[in-house]
Amino acid sequence: MRNKIIELIDIKRNFSVGSEVVRALRGISFTIREGDFVTIMGTSGSGKSTLLNILGCLDDTSNGEYYLDGVLVRNMSKNERATLRNRKIGFVFQSYNLLAKTTAVENVELPLMYNSSIRSKDRRDRAITALTRVGLADRLQHKSNQMSGGQMQRVAIARALVNDPAVILADEATGNLDTRTSFEILTLLQRLHSEGKTIVFVTHNPEIAEFSNRCIILKDGLVDSDVYNSDVRSAAEVLANLPVLNED
Amino acid sequence: MNGLNLFRIAVHALSNNKTRAFLTMLGIIIGVASVITMLAIGQGSKSSIENQISEMGSNMIMIYPGESRMGGVKLSASEMNTLKIEDYESLKELDYLSGVSPLVSSSGQYIFGANNYPSAISGVSPDYLSIRQLKLASGAMFSEDDIRLSAKVCVIGTTIKNNLFPNGEDPIGQIIRFKKIPFQVIGVLESKGYNSMGTDQDEIVLTPYTTVMKRILAVTHLKSIYASAITEEQTEVAKQEVSEALRYNHKIESGGVDDFNIRTQEELASMISSTSELMTTLLACVAAISLLVGGIGIMNIMYVSVTERTKEIGLRMSVGAKGIDILSQFLIESLLISVTGGIIGVVLGCSFALGVNKLVHWPIEIETWTILVSFAVCSFTGVFFGWYPAKKAAQLDPIDAIRYE
Repeated sequence: MRNKIIELIDIKRNFSVGSEVVRALRGISFTIREGDFVTIMGTSGSGKSTLLNILGCLDDTSNGEYYLDGVLVRNMSKNERATLRNRKIGFVFQSYNLLAKTTAVENVELPLMYNSSIRSKDRRDRAITALTRVGLADRLQHKSNQMSGGQMQRVAIARALVNDPAVILADEATGNLDTRTSFEILTLLQRLHSEGKTIVFVTHNPEIAEFSNRCIILKDGLVDSDVYNSDVRSAAEVLANLPVLNED
Repeated sequence: MNGLNLFRIAVHALSNNKTRAFLTMLGIIIGVASVITMLAIGQGSKSSIENQISEMGSNMIMIYPGESRMGGVKLSASEMNTLKIEDYESLKELDYLSGVSPLVSSSGQYIFGANNYPSAISGVSPDYLSIRQLKLASGAMFSEDDIRLSAKVCVIGTTIKNNLFPNGEDPIGQIIRFKKIPFQVIGVLESKGYNSMGTDQDEIVLTPYTTVMKRILAVTHLKSIYASAITEEQTEVAKQEVSEALRYNHKIESGGVDDFNIRTQEELASMISSTSELMTTLLACVAAISLLVGGIGIMNIMYVSVTERTKEIGLRMSVGAKGIDILSQFLIESLLISVTGGIIGVVLGCSFALGVNKLVHWPIEIETWTILVSFAVCSFTGVFFGWYPAKKAAQLDPIDAIRYE
């Protein structure tokens, strides 16, 4: 049996809005094992974002237990959660969130900057390795404003890989990209998955689910369906079959 | 997160906004430069005044006739004839005085050959030279014998010499006339230039006090008595001693009002330097206010910066930055602005002060403490005004921050 990376047991999350209590998550339980590529889908208001915040150790639960790579997250202090994020999680955001006017390699180094056990030489080497893995070995010194959307998202993925996290959390990671670039990013994620990475991809785009091996659908704060996909489509193939734009 | 990494991040953030960082720094630069310049000028004028006073003899004690009543009528000090030769003689016996000289003076025209010059003659004793810190350039001072004989000899300052002997003749041995009385010049004083009150210290003619009293004025009272305490520190004790001696001589009962005034150079010095100290304080206040304004500029920009970089803060937090990391980063940024501004300000301030000294010849004095204090104030400004924006940044919720548009 593969290791449990994420284990949620009856997770509830309530928000007080004025006198009302909004129950965003109403009891969610599932387990994600090492090497899973899971899409979490749902319409807006289904609790996706709240769940993502909890998975990313950015938010606390109102009830229930969350184990990340065997570590109980509940009752951790803010600082402990910051360290946990630094060591166990790689975030990929919809809008890339790269540092402005900063080179690709410096952007990728960022998580390691907050890990004082890593020396600066080591940090640079690991950043270069991560950028090479996402195919940007020739763009190390390009600044974030000198790159295309797809390239920026690759830098963001390299940044998520650089601390060798237990799980990569992608939040609508293809949301801002055109079709071709989206498939390029999906191809990259599938390749990382095949290399053993655990990926959780939160999206409202049902098409993405076809490229992952498991799909969890949320509805009104509860798990509506949780199915394994035996017929995973290859993003690389789709990409190869896309009509080539002739821009002459 | 180690300090070096935080420092790098802060430098990087500032270099992304060079113009803004510089403009923010400008407030501090102007503040520090003005503090340094103002204090240098203030200190310079203060110490130049102090120097001039101590050149005049910092342990000098001046005794003037003072307030007196004649049958209930108050008389002005200049009409008083209360200081006598006997007072002078008794002061010579005192322990804490190293020299005593009476002073009687009269003004009139000096004539030598075809040249003449209006000035005064001062009747003094030989001690006067050491009391006023005067030195002979050539010739000799008159002696106690000359005083006994009311000799018609004099020692002249360079202004008198230059006016009466314009062709550079040697005045020693020459006879000059003052109110038709012939005086033989026996010595010439070294030049002392102008004092801080603008008086020409070289326009001076010294002669035995007996000569002035008997041959010129025909009086028995003294205009004043000059004395010097053995050391500057003993000035107060000496003043006390003089006061007691004079009260005894003048038969003033305890509780009675002195009929003389005793002034020390120290009082004069503190009077003048308190004026310049007040000026220095006022200048420093103006400068400190500009530093405060500079600090508020930093705070303002740091607030803007925190708001503008909310998303960046959210990202840093989501990849593992703790509150303290964010706080330190923004504090280092504001410290960098204020301390760099401080360094530039110190350099500019020193150059301004030197420039003022070179161009308009004002005395300046740059003291180390003003530079150290400026630095301390800058660092304090950086931390103090950077603290609230940095705290605000550190307290942001990463969830809200990362999605901030």
